[in-house]
Amino acid sequence: LALGSIAGPAFAAPELGEPNSFEDITSYNNYYEFGTGKEDPARYAGKLTTDPWAVQIDGLVERPGNYDLADVLKGMDIEERIYRLRCVEAWSMVIPWNGFELRALLEKVGVQPSAKYVAFETVARREEMPGLYSPVLDWPYVEGLRLDEAMHPLTLIATGLYGRELPNQNGAPLRLVVPWKYGFKSIKSIVRITLTDKEPPTSWNKANAREYGFYSNVNPEVDHPRWSQATERVIGGGLFSAKQPTEMFNGYGDEVAALYAGMDLKKNY
Amino acid sequence: MTAAQTINGALRKLPIWPIYLIGALPPVWYFYLGLTGGLGVEPIKEFEHRLGILGLQMLIAVLAVTPLRNLTKVSLIRFRRAMGLLTFYYIAAHLAVWLFLDVQIAAQIWADIVKRPYITIGMVGFVLMIPLAITSNNLSVRKLGARWRKLHKLVYPIALLGAVHFVMLRKGWQIEPLLYLAGIALLLALRLPILRRVGWPMRPARQG
Repeated sequence: LALGSIAGPAFAAPELGEPNSFEDITSYNNYYEFGTGKEDPARYAGKLTTDPWAVQIDGLVERPGNYDLADVLKGMDIEERIYRLRCVEAWSMVIPWNGFELRALLEKVGVQPSAKYVAFETVARREEMPGLYSPVLDWPYVEGLRLDEAMHPLTLIATGLYGRELPNQNGAPLRLVVPWKYGFKSIKSIVRITLTDKEPPTSWNKANAREYGFYSNVNPEVDHPRWSQATERVIGGGLFSAKQPTEMFNGYGDEVAALYAGMDLKKNY
Repeated sequence: MTAAQTINGALRKLPIWPIYLIGALPPVWYFYLGLTGGLGVEPIKEFEHRLGILGLQMLIAVLAVTPLRNLTKVSLIRFRRAMGLLTFYYIAAHLAVWLFLDVQIAAQIWADIVKRPYITIGMVGFVLMIPLAITSNNLSVRKLGARWRKLHKLVYPIALLGAVHFVMLRKGWQIEPLLYLAGIALLLALRLPILRRVGWPMRPARQG
C-alpha cells in the first residue's frame, strides 16, 4: 500500500498496515467543537451545514477573496493518499484520504514573496457545534504551518475518504492533512486561510504551550510531558492489541527531515 | 415514626451480600463488551476509563454516606464497607487494565509512574487504598480501635488524588473531571470542623 502505487507523485512512504475501516475512521474522532468524547463528533457533527461553504483566503496573497467551495476545488486534481495519522494521544490510524495538495491552492491564489507562514481557522457556529459552549479551547480553532511545510507535496487538503465525501466528523468539507505532524495540526472544516510573515498562534499551543509546540512533528524521542511518545496503539486491533514503535516524523522522514535541518527538535517540539 | 426511621428499618432488613454480587458485575460486563466490539474501536482505553469512572463514582457514594445521614437521617452505613471494597476492586481492575492491556511494556510502566505526575498521583491513591482494604474486616476494626477510624480517614486524600488524577489526564480543562473534583471537594468540605460550629449536624441524635 505504498503511495507509489496510486495516482500522483511517488513518495518514499512508511510501511503502513491495512487501512482502518471506514467505521474506525468515522466513529473515533477528536473534534472538540462537537464535544471532548471520541464518539461525540460522530453523534453531533451531522448538524453542521457544509453547503454552502466558502473559504476566506487573505493576508499576503495576490488574489485574496472569499472563495466559494466550488472555486476552491476548480482545477484541483483529486487523488487518493493513504497516510498514517498519528494522534498526540499515542494512537494511530491508516486513512485513505482523497484530496489535493495545499500547494496547488496556494499557487492558485498567489503567495506574495514576503509570506512566511500559513494560518488556518476552523468554522465556529454555536448553533451547530455544541462543544463551543465549553471553554476547553479558545474558539475558533486555529492552526498554522511554516510556508515550506505548507508547500510540501505531502501536505494535503482532504475532501473525502475511501472515495466518499468527507464525513462531517472528519472535518468536512475541507481539512488539512499533514502526515508527519500530530493529528491536531491537521485542522478541520477550514473557513479561513491567511498568509502571513509571523508565526501564527495555534490553539493547543495557546491552551498549553509546555505540552504543544508550534511544530508538533511526530517524534518518538520527545515525550509529551504527560505520556511517552515512543510507542503508539494502532486503532482497530481490539482489546489485546499490541503497541508499535512510533517512527520519527511518523515514517515520513525521508521526505520531510530536510525541512528541519539544523533545528533542535527538542526545543522546537 | 418518621420517614427516615421507616427507611432505616427497611434497610436494616436487607442483606449485604447482593451488593458484592451486583457490584462485582460491571467490570466483567465491560470485559465482555470489549471482546465483542461494544466498547468502540479503541476498547482498551474505554475499558480503562470506565473502570476508573466507576471507582470514582463508588468513592463518591462512600463519601456521601455520612452527609446523607446528617441531612436526612437515612443511614447507609451498613453498606459502606461493601461500597469501599467495591471501590478498591474497580480501581485495582483499572490499574490492571492499564498495566496489562494499555502500557504493556514493563520498562515504560515504571518510567510512567515516576515521570508522569498524573500517573504518580493515581498510583499513590491506589497504594493508600491497600491498607484500607486489608483492614476492612471486623477483626481489624476491633484490634485497631480508635486507630482504625484514624487510618480510614485516608479515604479523604485518596478521593482527592483520584479526582485530580482524572482532571490531569484529560487534554485541557474539561468539564466532566472538574465536576467530579467539585463533588468530592464538596463532600469533604461538609466534614470541616468549622461547619460544626455553625450548626451543621455532624453527629445527629441516634435513631431509635
